[in-house]
Amino acid sequence: MTGYLTRRFLGMVAVLFALTAVIYAVFYVAPGDPAQLACGLKCSPVQVHQLRGQLGLDEPVYLQYAHFLKGLFAGRDFSAGAGVLHCDAPCLGISYRTNEQVTDMILNRLPVTASLALGAMVIWLLLGIGSGLLSVLRRGRLTERLLTSLTLAGTAVPVFIIGLLLLLLFCAYLQWLPFPTYVGLSQDPQQWFWGLLLPWTSLALLESAKYARLTRSSMLETLAEDHIRTFRAYGVSERRLVTRHALRGALAPVIALSALDLGTMFGSAVLTETLFGLPGLGKLIVSSVNILDLPVVVGVTLVTGFSVVLANAVADVLYAAADRRVVLT
Amino acid sequence: MSEHLVEVSGLTVEFPVADSFVRAVDGLDFTLEAGQALGIVGESGSGKSTVAFGLLGLHRGTGARVRGSVRVAGVDVVDADDTELRRVRGGLAAMVFQDPLSALDPYHPVGDQIAEVYRVHRKVTRRAARARAVEVLDRVGIPDAARRARSRPHEFSGGMRQRALIAMALACEPRLLIADEPTTALDVTVQAQILDLLHELRAETGAGLLLVTHDLGVVAGSVDQVLVMKDGRAVERGPVAEVLGTPRETYTRELLAAVPRVDAPVAVHVHPGGGSTAEDDGVLLEAVDLRREFGRRGATVAAVDGVSLTVRAGETLGVVGESGSGKTTLGRMLVRLLDPTGGQLRYRGRDIGTLGEKALRPLRHELQMVFQDPASSLNPRRSIGESIADPLRAAGELDDRRIRARVGELLERVGLDPDWYHRYPHEFSGGQRQRVGIARALAPEPRLIVCDEPVSALDVTTQAQVVELLGQLQRDLGLSLVFIAHDLAVVRQVSDRVAVMRSGAVVEHGTADEVYDSPQHPYTKGLLSAVPVLDPTEAAARRDARRAVVPG
Amino acid sequence: MSGTAGLLAGETAQVSPAAGASQVWRRLRSRRAALAGAIVLAALVVIALTAPLLTAIEGQDPTTYHDTLVNSASGGVPIGSFGGVSADHWLGVEPGTGRDVFARLVYGAQISLLVAVGSTVVQVLIGVVVGLTAGLGNRFLDQLLSSTTDVMLALPSLVFAIALMAVVPSGFPRPVLLMLVIGLLGWGGTARVVRAQTLTLKELNYVAAARLGGSSRWRIARRELLPSIAAPVITYAALLLPTNVVSEAGLSFLGVGVKPPTSSWGQMLSSATTWFRADPAYVLLPALMLFATTLAFTVVGDAVRTALDPRAASRIKVGTKGADVSDARAATGPQAATVAAPVRRAGANADNRGEA
Repeated sequence: MTGYLTRRFLGMVAVLFALTAVIYAVFYVAPGDPAQLACGLKCSPVQVHQLRGQLGLDEPVYLQYAHFLKGLFAGRDFSAGAGVLHCDAPCLGISYRTNEQVTDMILNRLPVTASLALGAMVIWLLLGIGSGLLSVLRRGRLTERLLTSLTLAGTAVPVFIIGLLLLLLFCAYLQWLPFPTYVGLSQDPQQWFWGLLLPWTSLALLESAKYARLTRSSMLETLAEDHIRTFRAYGVSERRLVTRHALRGALAPVIALSALDLGTMFGSAVLTETLFGLPGLGKLIVSSVNILDLPVVVGVTLVTGFSVVLANAVADVLYAAADRRVVLT
Repeated sequence: MSEHLVEVSGLTVEFPVADSFVRAVDGLDFTLEAGQALGIVGESGSGKSTVAFGLLGLHRGTGARVRGSVRVAGVDVVDADDTELRRVRGGLAAMVFQDPLSALDPYHPVGDQIAEVYRVHRKVTRRAARARAVEVLDRVGIPDAARRARSRPHEFSGGMRQRALIAMALACEPRLLIADEPTTALDVTVQAQILDLLHELRAETGAGLLLVTHDLGVVAGSVDQVLVMKDGRAVERGPVAEVLGTPRETYTRELLAAVPRVDAPVAVHVHPGGGSTAEDDGVLLEAVDLRREFGRRGATVAAVDGVSLTVRAGETLGVVGESGSGKTTLGRMLVRLLDPTGGQLRYRGRDIGTLGEKALRPLRHELQMVFQDPASSLNPRRSIGESIADPLRAAGELDDRRIRARVGELLERVGLDPDWYHRYPHEFSGGQRQRVGIARALAPEPRLIVCDEPVSALDVTTQAQVVELLGQLQRDLGLSLVFIAHDLAVVRQVSDRVAVMRSGAVVEHGTADEVYDSPQHPYTKGLLSAVPVLDPTEAAARRDARRAVVPG
Repeated sequence: MSGTAGLLAGETAQVSPAAGASQVWRRLRSRRAALAGAIVLAALVVIALTAPLLTAIEGQDPTTYHDTLVNSASGGVPIGSFGGVSADHWLGVEPGTGRDVFARLVYGAQISLLVAVGSTVVQVLIGVVVGLTAGLGNRFLDQLLSSTTDVMLALPSLVFAIALMAVVPSGFPRPVLLMLVIGLLGWGGTARVVRAQTLTLKELNYVAAARLGGSSRWRIARRELLPSIAAPVITYAALLLPTNVVSEAGLSFLGVGVKPPTSSWGQMLSSATTWFRADPAYVLLPALMLFATTLAFTVVGDAVRTALDPRAASRIKVGTKGADVSDARAATGPQAATVAAPVRRAGANADNRGEA
């Protein structure tokens, strides 16, 4: 087990490095001229040239990447006009527009996205696993057919449609809820909850459809296995078959997927955040893209990438731990 | 009370297929008295397992239609309500399943699983149930049962798992044990141990036994009565000695005739180069200290560990061994599907063990293989004609008409209709598919064919036909065969010379008669004594002999 | 019988003559939901293809502003009921600009389908090539390609797509760029599925038999492997299509997709967020179109999966129990595959030890 964990960890670190290289290559090397982007369209060639020097973009690519990596581990300095801007240890660069450290900008936004993702996960797990199990227990009845159709339709709806419809219904038509605004949990837990209720629901409704289907298929597959038949042949009741012998095996992929989804959520909550105006990571990248603030774009991409890689590793380990049959070598 | 332990009358079971029903069991009647043992024997599709499942009402809720009456220990299984049925299951009648790995829950310790079953039927504390689990595990011969009870199924060997399943069946002291092919997944030596165990337990507990199997040798030593089934009906039923000794029905006689026997060779071999000759020019393929290691990151396991053998032109070399002996790996190396990691492989004097794929290609067609599982050895998406024609096309034969003609010839040669070129594998039975596989191996006109368990997936009558076909082809075409199998009887039937493998090495080799009639190595002796025989008296004698050797 | 459903059925016929193409088609047709989905898709394709004709019949175009039709005093709410529905403007006009909604919806179908199908093609092509090469190649090549796939799957695709769409010079044709970005970021799942399938198939005896018959590696890939890989790939592609429709709409919703004046449903929904109180009709129409498209793709994809599933045939033997399993299995689409893959890898390790 420790051997497996070590290897998994090393593999994760390798993927993370590859990720920084790919992202760096794509944004700083490949397409256009970052200095031109940083400067804006109205810059003169002289200004662009100057800026290139300031940003260290006139160095060879591998040196730039090395500086970038060094910044990540030890921090680095940027010359800005006359003065010098210092960027602390996990340095992802400095915003072209506001001269803020990207790391700080991301850290400020993180609680919003985390609140959104975690809250939504609680709802989608409850709803998804619950209705998945229900449709297994009500096999062959109307409930099952209804749930199957509903979840199939649910997987097809984009989050911004659900969100818009919920807004339309609860904020505009029924006027039960105010338009969602984000208030920090430490500031006012109650407002935090009400402000996030609609975003949570929109995100979770769709995700729960996926989880319901996964739970159902996984459960049915487990119930069809031979060892279930053994215990049935020994007089064990159907309910006990489900709770003691099928649930653990069936939920392993569900747990693994939810770890993965939680990681992905840091990046894919963009749509929800944009729709509801929540100041999270997604909102940050969209607004940075619009003003071509490259360091912020790269920073957010990296952080969300890291979270996906991390989640992947956690999912693997969780699955392996839950399923004793997977041989860890 | 003169009630039977099991009373089945007019049992009919039908499974839904598409829009209609297919009858798996058709009006079956039989009874089993307390403490007696009944063997239900039949080939695949005879409905024997369906009957076993029916005794526990396991068809309930599957969509199958069950008619007739089934009474087990006084309970009407067909009409009983769910609570009553659960009382029968495991409490009055307990089932031992075929595949012990998948039959146990991989997530829970074996002892807990047995304890759980015990607590379903007895109102006892958790601790008492655990103690009972250890007790029955100990009873079935699991060493250090108290500790092993905490292990999960995958930490057990195949034989141990089957013992654990039997322990579970014993837990609630049922009056009837139902064993559904309990030894099919096991090696012959382990099979003997499990059958002996069942026999002992029956004598000790007085439980009745219903043994379902395809293997006539298995019933010979284990039951009092035999019921032969075919197509869902009873063909013949009677005391085991009578049915196996003086069968009344033609089908039973056919079945018995098809069973290969380890004590008397059936076929007489005529081969040009074999026998007593020591001429070196007869040698076609020679392996010298051949090795194959698997694994990476340092921890390697030698699947084949220094095997030397020769195959002469026109002869059949039998390779026999239990699972894990490395015989399949060896077979694949002989035709270079696997690369040896050491030693030499000489084909007609030339070392082909280290040849690259390109250099090997001109020789490929001379070394062919017939595989075990007919289902995976033919591409389900290509017609059998195309599969057989493939080597011809790969060799650059372009004339479509000539290819068709040649494929037709080959099909005819293996006993199939030459017009079946456009049929697909799923339209054929297992035996027919194996014939197609043989035709494909013949297509490139090989000199040597390695047959890896070519008949082990087939019913006994089909088995006999395919073995017969291979012998015929060998005589007609002067082929060399390497016949790999776990079944000692089949190997004796076809082989001129035999090599016995164990843990990657050949422990004994010689002519078939030498090896079988006067085995030298203790392992070979053990193997041979474990082979089930058809004569019940002989079977009983052998069991006593085994018990004398291994006490307890 | 036109459109995607027809195309899929046609491919099915080549894929599995063994199972009987007609049988697969019958299974497809017997599902009423699938039939309805196929009809919706066919209608969408017709609408997209005949967009200029349809707008000509209406007498409008998607880009002309109609200042007179919106109430400039209220900020641009369309005059009239249901967002300004009239004989001239069948589905009303866009708030703010007064552009014709029907025309914009119809042209939006073009973009939606074009990008979805195009990016799926890119994903499948790359995925099959990478997966097949990894599955058949030596250990080094496999390791390299599998790691690349892992990195691809680790990229936060939406964030990455947003960033990419932003840095690529604006001269590049946007629909093509969308196809490429969605396609290049989304082939990881297909590659994993194909690699896993290839590894499984490679061990089958008929592949060994083909080697013994003297077939080259390439010949084996073409004749023995590809036909068997086609079924899972088609299934997977059918699940990718609705995802790609949503991706396009999402990027356009975020303002980095197609650029005005080209119309896209996602873009319409984006501008609808500011108007949803005053003009609900403007929210509902593109939402409905988008929902109908993804739902139709999903339903048809689901049916294709069931029809191609070899277990669907075997359910007959085990009765109702098996039917449930094959129905539900893989129901979770692309993402489930990414979870299953590492697990399967671990399982393969256990099985790879050969006979010993």
